[in-house]
Amino acid sequence: MFTTYDLLQILLFLGLLIGLTPVLGSYMYKVFTGGKHIMLPVFGWFERLTYKFIKVNPDEETNWKTYTFGLITFNLIGFIFVFLIQMTQAFLPMNPAHLPNVSWHLAFNTAVSFMTNTNWQSYGGETTLSYFVQMLGLTVQNFVRAATGIAVLLALAKGLSRKTTDKLGNFWADLTRSTLYVLLPLSILFAIFLVGQGVVQNFDSYQTAHTLQGTSQVIPMGPAASQIAIKQLGTNGGGFFNTNSAHPFENPTPLSNLLEMLAILLIPAGLTYTYGKMVGSKRQGWTIFIVMFILLITGLAISLYAEYAANPIFGHLPLMEGKETRFGITNSVIWSTSTSAASNGSVNAMHDSLSPLAGMVAMINLMLGEIIFGGVGAGIYGMVVFIILTVFIAGLMVGRTPEYLGKKVEAFEVTMAILANVITSFVILLFTAWAAVSTLGLSSLNNAGPHGFSEILYTFSSAAGNNGSAFAGLNANTVFYNVLIGLGMLIGRFGVIIPIMAIAGSMAKKKITPPSSGTFQTDNWLFIALLIGVVIIVGGLTYFPALSLGPIVEHLLMNNGITF
Amino acid sequence: MKTFGIAIKIFLVFTILTGIIYPLLITGIAQVVFPHQAHGSLIVKDNKIIGSELIGQQFDSTLYFSSRPSAITYNPLPSGGSNYGLTSTKLKNQVADRKKQFIKLNQLNPATEIPSEMLFASASGLDPHISPEAAKLQINRIAKARYFNNVQKQKLKTLVEEISEGPQLMCLGESRVNVLLLNIALDKLK
Repeated sequence: MFTTYDLLQILLFLGLLIGLTPVLGSYMYKVFTGGKHIMLPVFGWFERLTYKFIKVNPDEETNWKTYTFGLITFNLIGFIFVFLIQMTQAFLPMNPAHLPNVSWHLAFNTAVSFMTNTNWQSYGGETTLSYFVQMLGLTVQNFVRAATGIAVLLALAKGLSRKTTDKLGNFWADLTRSTLYVLLPLSILFAIFLVGQGVVQNFDSYQTAHTLQGTSQVIPMGPAASQIAIKQLGTNGGGFFNTNSAHPFENPTPLSNLLEMLAILLIPAGLTYTYGKMVGSKRQGWTIFIVMFILLITGLAISLYAEYAANPIFGHLPLMEGKETRFGITNSVIWSTSTSAASNGSVNAMHDSLSPLAGMVAMINLMLGEIIFGGVGAGIYGMVVFIILTVFIAGLMVGRTPEYLGKKVEAFEVTMAILANVITSFVILLFTAWAAVSTLGLSSLNNAGPHGFSEILYTFSSAAGNNGSAFAGLNANTVFYNVLIGLGMLIGRFGVIIPIMAIAGSMAKKKITPPSSGTFQTDNWLFIALLIGVVIIVGGLTYFPALSLGPIVEHLLMNNGITF
Repeated sequence: MKTFGIAIKIFLVFTILTGIIYPLLITGIAQVVFPHQAHGSLIVKDNKIIGSELIGQQFDSTLYFSSRPSAITYNPLPSGGSNYGLTSTKLKNQVADRKKQFIKLNQLNPATEIPSEMLFASASGLDPHISPEAAKLQINRIAKARYFNNVQKQKLKTLVEEISEGPQLMCLGESRVNVLLLNIALDKLK
């Protein structure tokens, strides 16, 4: 039963989120605009040393093409490195469990997964990857891809706030500052806290326990806390262990759970404030925050309703399948809503076993392209795509040239915004359709009936949205799924980043028209309502048919007591 | 080519910083401040590891409190849940079977409401906890299996109360009992 005590936990979580947004947001503003801040004396020397070593002048700014080229090259090197160390992990050090080399298709999938900030887990950490791969491969990628997301957002904010220039900043400097001053200090604090709660952090070999009833149990170990801290903060989500933050070693207590949930949304929420300050109006930042917040709590309310409602199959029995006792239903649902809204993808309950509507809310969050707080950086730039569509539609209604932040939105920007949107739906719908009619696709299912279809739909929504959570019953570690999901993740990431960077580049060149009485304002409640409308209509129209074949029909059948 | 060179060098810098220095720093601090937790909160008796405070174990014997159902029977390599959806016939049958078994094992009235975590498998398959209610329903059976007299049975009741934890910091998470810790304490009960 849902009690006031559950409500209290939800309010505490949301209150902390709102309260910390301006605190972290104004700190990040200082970091990214070259102001003085608290971490400068600690890591400033390292930043200067880095620039010296790579021979880059951080003040030398570049245009959007050079910026994007740097970004893609850097990501490519990460991909090759992670791919190679998985293929050779048996010959590399720090492999106390003697795990064999990873198959080519799984290595490809995991390397793409971590390069694109998806963190899809076809691998099962404790039985597939060595400590070496987890640390030098995955932990590093967690940092740098989150920093990459922030860099794209910074370039976009500069493009929107500057006039008649083609300079969007320096990718290498943005990357270095995000890592050194935002991600690293927060991760250090958070990792130490997590160890205190019980998360393991060691290089021991797996321990064999002699259980009370006389059998043996092999307990996996490893440097987990350092990776879990950044996988939560960097909206990465790739677990150290197979069941991610449902595993007692990843998320041992209700307190670790609260802070891990908060860490999912913390930086994306803070960045809305940073963005507002960078484009010269805190109201613009709060407008985006409010839109995201409303969408988040709507999804949360629907999920809670679905999870607490009685159904003819199980009666009033609380639905604890795939959930942990220490978290209960409410904390599992706050997590499933947050992790799918942000592009995090970590889980503390098995989404495959959620009630159909709660699973659908998570799925819709993925399909909208991770714009409800979203990935670090990626959430806001995804939302800007919807903002451009909204001002365009509003402009059509009143017959004026659409503007955003004093810049004219013209054919090129609208084309790019549509492109970013269509590419995601292309991956989700076509790949799902292919898997749903092929033997290779269907042989991996764990559930029959409409829920089986939901497993496929969720998989490709997660890949294209770069989320990484799963209806984990689907056996994704096959050549078919590893390759197709890998492609989906690549298209979903760069198919959005490149159009966004093109928008940033073209916006930067434009003049800024001072606001007049005829200007369509983008920082009031009318705009908030319009933007939410566009998000829901675009998302709804595109995916409603697919959703009705999966979770919607499953919900209706469940309420008639039908099982498969 | 210049971009490629920069990218390789900066990749090297971040690999060393975030892939080596950062995890080693955290490991170092953890060894000093929280050595027990960092090594897996292991329970050691007579130089033998019995288990971890955080990782649940399978209990089939009538002499012990039962843990939750687990899709992996508490074998942590790898962790996992059943991933059955609510419209799965297998799940429906499993829940009905588990209910029957729990009632039979503990000789309860068939109308007894069984706490749902005893009927559904956990997410990790390693859930160390059950609810205090689920533990209390097992007290009579264990007292009988261990030939406890009334004084001992009373002690067992107190023990369940003692090992039960309320919500953390008064407001977070659910009330719960760690089954492994409870069973270890049970073995020590005189």
